[in-house]
Amino acid sequence: MKKLATLLFAVLASCLAGTAISDTGGLNSLRGSTDLDKVRQADDMKRIPRDRETFERDYLHQPPLIPHQVRGYVVDLNSNKCLSCHSWTNYKKSGATKISMTHFATRDGQTLADVSPRRYFCMQCHVPQSDAKPLVDNSFKTVDALDGK
Amino acid sequence: MANTTTKRGLIARYGALLKRPSTVAMGVILALGFIAGVVFWGGFNTALEMTNTETFCIGCHEMEDNVYQEYKETIHYSNRSGVRATCPDCHVPKDWTHKIVRKIQASQEVWGKLTGFINTRDKFLDHRKEMALREWQRMKESDSRECRNCHNFEYMDFSEQGKRSVSMHSTALASGEKTCIDCHKGIAHHLPDMDGVEGWH
Repeated sequence: MKKLATLLFAVLASCLAGTAISDTGGLNSLRGSTDLDKVRQADDMKRIPRDRETFERDYLHQPPLIPHQVRGYVVDLNSNKCLSCHSWTNYKKSGATKISMTHFATRDGQTLADVSPRRYFCMQCHVPQSDAKPLVDNSFKTVDALDGK
Repeated sequence: MANTTTKRGLIARYGALLKRPSTVAMGVILALGFIAGVVFWGGFNTALEMTNTETFCIGCHEMEDNVYQEYKETIHYSNRSGVRATCPDCHVPKDWTHKIVRKIQASQEVWGKLTGFINTRDKFLDHRKEMALREWQRMKESDSRECRNCHNFEYMDFSEQGKRSVSMHSTALASGEKTCIDCHKGIAHHLPDMDGVEGWH
């Protein structure tokens, strides 16, 4: 009997809680609040500037950022557009930054003759930048070594 | 006069007719020839132009399901100004002589369609590289003629181009050492395995 009462109470409580949640009107996120059953209007696409100077790094081991547009640059099993300019064979001719030595090493520390499969998908780490406003305030400061002093 | 004519033999009479045909017959033959010419030439060109449209190209599922779907994501299909290229703009030469040559070659593709050369996705992917290589070769041999129908090097404003574009266009393209397709592969369709293709990793 006591068990039954507990169960009843639990069901009642969850029902109440359910109505309470739906009353607050949905999901709050950094991009504003939207009801759960609605699809939020997407933000405008950010424009990526065509060419700019290379970005300074903000912390040690930061993957350098891409200072140009990458629309239509495909990296898949068949081809890797990034390596057309950034590979060791091509970087001199194209004037691009060459990929780092570290990208030839497998996770076991073995150095290969070509880009290691785990480093093949460039845009997993290297990303282009748009002039988007930060969603939250940020007081991040670079370490002294990168401060340019 | 009439008597002498009738007395002549059959062959001689035909000979005379050929030498001096009646003006009416001449007129009729010329008129018929002219009309037939207009009909055939017009019909031929109309049929030719009919096969030179995107609707015709994607009338086959081989084109519609594979290359056309990929193409729809690219800049030659969708862009800020709404100017776009259709299949024949890039794949069929504009001027008549080269167009006819290409069209005759394309009759081979009709055979491919009939025998189901690429009638499944797997078959298409299996043959993608050889087909792409063939088309790149064609474009290279014509110095990217179809690209240049719209993109004229003479009128390129380097100040409006990105740094990377200028560095290539003002050197290799300007000197004629390279042509458009040497660098701009895979701009309208997905690429095959690029192993062994110059300039690709």
